[in-house]
Amino acid sequence: MTAGAPARRPQHARFALPWTVRAERRLEVPRWLPLATTIGAVVVALLIGGAILALAGGDPIAIYAHILRSSFGSLGVLSDTLVKATPLILTGLACALAFRMRLWNIGAEGQLLMGAWAASAVVLVPIVPAGTPAIITVPVMMVAAMLAGGAYGAIPGILKAVRGVNEIIVTLMLNYIAALWISYWVFGPWNEGGFPITPQFPRESWLPRLSDLAEAFPATSGLTVHLGLLVGLVAAVLVHFLLYRSRLGYEIRLIGDSPRAARYAGVNVVRNTIVVFAISGALAGLAGMSEVSGVVHRLQLTISPGYGFTAVIVAYIAKLNPYGVVVAAIAFGALILAGREIQPSGIPAMIQGIILFSLIASEVFLRYRFRIERRAA
Amino acid sequence: MDPIVILAAGVATGTVLLFAAIGEIFAERAGVINLGVEGMMLMGAVVAFGTAVGTGNPWLGLVLGMLAGGLLSLLHAVITISFQAEQVVSGLALTFLGSGLARVLGEDLSKAGAIALIPTASIPFLSAVPVVGPIFFTNQNLLVYVGFLLVPAAWYWINRTRPGLHLRAVGESPTAADTLGVDVYRLRYAYVFAGGLFAGLAGAAITLAIQPGWFSDLTTGGRGWIAIAIVIFARWNPVWAAFGAFAFGAIQRMIIDLQGPQTLFGFPNPFFEDHTLTFFLEMLPFVLVILVLVAVSGKAMRKRVGAPAALGIPYVRGERGH
Repeated sequence: MTAGAPARRPQHARFALPWTVRAERRLEVPRWLPLATTIGAVVVALLIGGAILALAGGDPIAIYAHILRSSFGSLGVLSDTLVKATPLILTGLACALAFRMRLWNIGAEGQLLMGAWAASAVVLVPIVPAGTPAIITVPVMMVAAMLAGGAYGAIPGILKAVRGVNEIIVTLMLNYIAALWISYWVFGPWNEGGFPITPQFPRESWLPRLSDLAEAFPATSGLTVHLGLLVGLVAAVLVHFLLYRSRLGYEIRLIGDSPRAARYAGVNVVRNTIVVFAISGALAGLAGMSEVSGVVHRLQLTISPGYGFTAVIVAYIAKLNPYGVVVAAIAFGALILAGREIQPSGIPAMIQGIILFSLIASEVFLRYRFRIERRAA
Repeated sequence: MDPIVILAAGVATGTVLLFAAIGEIFAERAGVINLGVEGMMLMGAVVAFGTAVGTGNPWLGLVLGMLAGGLLSLLHAVITISFQAEQVVSGLALTFLGSGLARVLGEDLSKAGAIALIPTASIPFLSAVPVVGPIFFTNQNLLVYVGFLLVPAAWYWINRTRPGLHLRAVGESPTAADTLGVDVYRLRYAYVFAGGLFAGLAGAAITLAIQPGWFSDLTTGGRGWIAIAIVIFARWNPVWAAFGAFAFGAIQRMIIDLQGPQTLFGFPNPFFEDHTLTFFLEMLPFVLVILVLVAVSGKAMRKRVGAPAALGIPYVRGERGH
């Protein structure tokens, strides 16, 4: 605005700043903007988190540097980061799929636990006799975990579809119930030695690790990455295909964007609600299997440090895109890996909360464009 | 297993749920869902307890605990009311942030010894009434009595006063309210903040009165979510919320009491014989929440009977909508 132009006075000018910010509704969003706001939001969140750490008497730069070094600093820790990312990929996909239909599945944690339990049951009950080769045992564990997670996920789906019950509350309650269910088995029938753990599983039930190839390729020695990562990557491709190349995916996106339009178009919302919740639960259940079979080789009370909750942020940061989920899961895997050594233990959760907040807040830039205008004197 | 003792304890533990539920009723009546109750409660709990440990003054702790919950809720208000973001996701973020921050702040508090608490008292005359006296008015914490007064006060405020009429208007039909000169944004901010204050009070009531001490995120142990379920069960009515909160409180207390005796109704007590079975007992409140929600949902829910019509929908001035 030039000096001579007539000044348009904004109506709500309460503060006498020399500029004023005007918000205009965006009619279309430039392609580059979502990614830019996401990156900007994460940077802002890290700055805010750093400020809080500094106020609490910590050294934010040292803490962030420590997080980077202990998660990407060498091939060994990179491998550990990918191990932490694996369950996040699967649970993140579970959330992204459900959220796309605006089904708030906050129950990936419980579904993961049920999957871990079912995979353990295959070995400990036992469902396949001891000594069965891995080529049979491992797939049976996967199927059992997907069935258990899927069934557990279908509960809120059915309640929502048939009776309109709020799925957020139901999935959260089911998380608590699943955690108590795991407690019962690791303290009770499957307990070993008084600790909240089960006996170690036989080798036939382990997912192969990269380090298993150490005899042929010495470079892989000590690398903990297991087949679950590949399962997660394949799942990302399949979920992408499901969402963007299949009829079900089209219906999911239609319901997510406009439930009313979907109903007029004759989409079966009731059936899709149940199906999506079941697939979502099955993906999360697979994450549980991957943890017991690929990482700890037993069921234990602390099988998940809250992967199913972090998954909500992973899905959101990825803007519900399956490939984005993979990238976000690796970043958060790094945070979880490094976070184990950071005291106080609440810091990673706090940073996650700030990142999620900052992300939601940043979406205002997708809806509005802001102009800073110089106010005429 | 004296029913009077269980019910009296249920009233005390239920008071925590009551505070949180009434706060959420205020926010939701104004049209804003705040799923961050668990996080706000934890912040209220840790700030209240930390203040009481540091200053020796539980009342100061109570006030600062409430303010902590209120401040956190303002974040939700800015993001959902001004930025018009998804209320569900913002509420979840609030829970993440609140519980993470509370764990950081409460790092050294679990080792704190005994501190001065909010005192208990019996009400003269009323405590002498048979059955009702020992359940509601004998040796209860002062905050429990605050809860008793809060229920009719909240009901009266919402249903019989002019500000309450504005509150309901903002939640049912913000456009109409705006046309009549009610400041929709300001009222929504105010009631989300009020909800935060009450959630902070609920958290403070745990650590300073009902179950003293700081036990990291087990301090609340999912009660923020149960409070949200109680709001739905109560159809956004404070009186029904009190009923639900006290009933849940009694169940939580019963779970503890069931583990003690060697025999139950003349039979050997399975929970005494095998302590791992108590995990199933502990599932009970969560199973019950689901069953209650299923019972009160269905047809009524699809027509959203009792739910504020504009619940969860951001208000944008000048746009088509409610």
